Amino acid sequence: MVGTALFFLFAGLAIACAISMVYHRNPLYSAISLVGVFISLSCIYVTLAAPFIAAVQILIYAGAIMVLVVFVIMLLNLEEDRPMQRLRYLWALGGGLGVLLLGQTFFIFWAVMRAPQQAVDPNTTAGKTMDIGRAMYTEYLLPVEIVGILLLMAIIGSVILARRLAQPQLELVVDREEERRNLDDEE
Amino acid sequence: MEAVIKTAFPYVVISVGILLAFQGVLMIVAYTVLAERKVLGWIQGRIGPNRVGPWGVLQPFADLLKFIFKEDLVPDKSTKFVYFLAPMVALTCALLPIVVYPFGPSITSVDWTFLPFGLGEGVKALPLTIAKIDVGVLFVLGITSVGVYGIALAGWSSNSKYSLMGGLRSSAQMISYELAMGASVIGVVMLAGTLDLNGIIYAQQQSPFRWYIIPQFIGFIVFLIAAFAETNRVPFDLPEAETELVAGFHTEYSALKFALFFMAEYVNMFTVSMMCTVLFLGGWYVPGLSHIFEVGSIPYAIVSHIAFIGKICAFLFLYIWIRGTLPRFRFDQLMNFGWKFLLPVAIANVIFTILIVYFLNR
Repeated sequence: MVGTALFFLFAGLAIACAISMVYHRNPLYSAISLVGVFISLSCIYVTLAAPFIAAVQILIYAGAIMVLVVFVIMLLNLEEDRPMQRLRYLWALGGGLGVLLLGQTFFIFWAVMRAPQQAVDPNTTAGKTMDIGRAMYTEYLLPVEIVGILLLMAIIGSVILARRLAQPQLELVVDREEERRNLDDEE
Repeated sequence: MEAVIKTAFPYVVISVGILLAFQGVLMIVAYTVLAERKVLGWIQGRIGPNRVGPWGVLQPFADLLKFIFKEDLVPDKSTKFVYFLAPMVALTCALLPIVVYPFGPSITSVDWTFLPFGLGEGVKALPLTIAKIDVGVLFVLGITSVGVYGIALAGWSSNSKYSLMGGLRSSAQMISYELAMGASVIGVVMLAGTLDLNGIIYAQQQSPFRWYIIPQFIGFIVFLIAAFAETNRVPFDLPEAETELVAGFHTEYSALKFALFFMAEYVNMFTVSMMCTVLFLGGWYVPGLSHIFEVGSIPYAIVSHIAFIGKICAFLFLYIWIRGTLPRFRFDQLMNFGWKFLLPVAIANVIFTILIVYFLNR
């Protein structure tokens, strides 16, 4: 009873935040809404007896990744998104993807309806830290290693890109900014 | 009627617990502010505040009243919604970790069957923690990392260059030092084999060293330095840096909104001191106390609780002491120190601890 009420509260919050993320023209408001989505999802994980996943969700997504996003938005001082000229093929693409998403949603509904109904065992330890760690380093060792190497490659790649482009790229940005200012002045 | 009382009783107990915990922590925090002004005064050869009440003991309440009755100025060009949101985020994220504080050992010796309506039936222990969370360490680290938004958004929404500089500095600083802090905690977690704060305290009682500060001394030092940076205190107070940035991220905040930031900073100090105490100094555990009082009895819990608060206050004093002693870092020094010294040392400590744990368990 309380669990269901909490689920609908946080699920509603997550959906509301997601909608506000898509509809806001100010990128910072969108970023804050996305943080709201992550925190609501993490609350749902807690009600599903998975405290470790909930804590990691907040620590990594809300606490690290989104802070970087907000940092970049603040640093670049992005202006509000102006409505731009819409292209016809974008409409088609958007419509197609929308239909696909709708189909996916209905498929999930259908699958959930058909799935065997089973109450979650309240004493389950599947979401506990020790079981997750044990599963990751025995049963799923290979996928974990592969993901680790992939992340390492991404880090090295980003460092190399940043090093090589640091100076010229920065000058380019400054030049562009000056050009824009000059144009503004002329107007 | 009886059924209603029975269902409502646990919620009432929890509510009373939350009230006591928050009141207690906030009172200590209020007096930390007074202690800071007094101790700084003594360090600098002054008396400190001594006008409000005898020896200045009512100063925190005078400050609070002043904050409430001051005019609340809102900058004209600020982003209003975010400007109002930022102090709330900062204080909420500072206060939330209180729910996992291990205030003391469980009281197990009391027979609760004297309570009416059979409320005490089956109650074996009264834990001195509000919420038993399996991942207490991660919870505290996660919530405090969300607290960055309060400062960053305050700096951005004020629409002032000093505030923005402070906000940017703080987000860069807190992201950088979070890594070193997390890495220094890993050593303790590996030795204890749990992420539960109470579990770490019990694990320390079983270990031959009693307190993890002995096998994890490097981790302790790294954690302490990162803690100063995470709470934006001297020598890492670059987000406010009054000599360069007026007051940094809260330049444009006045009255009660400023008070919220102020409170958040001191509650964060308390939380970080709590983490230091639990991870490295055995939390509420006093070696040898179990020989004097029976484990689980009320006097044992009271003495342990006082020891817990005392250890935290020692760390709070260290904060004030260092504020009165050290000058501020330069920003590039801060970044170099965090990434090129503190993080490698923390990772080396992790590898060292892995080896120790491996050879001990073999």
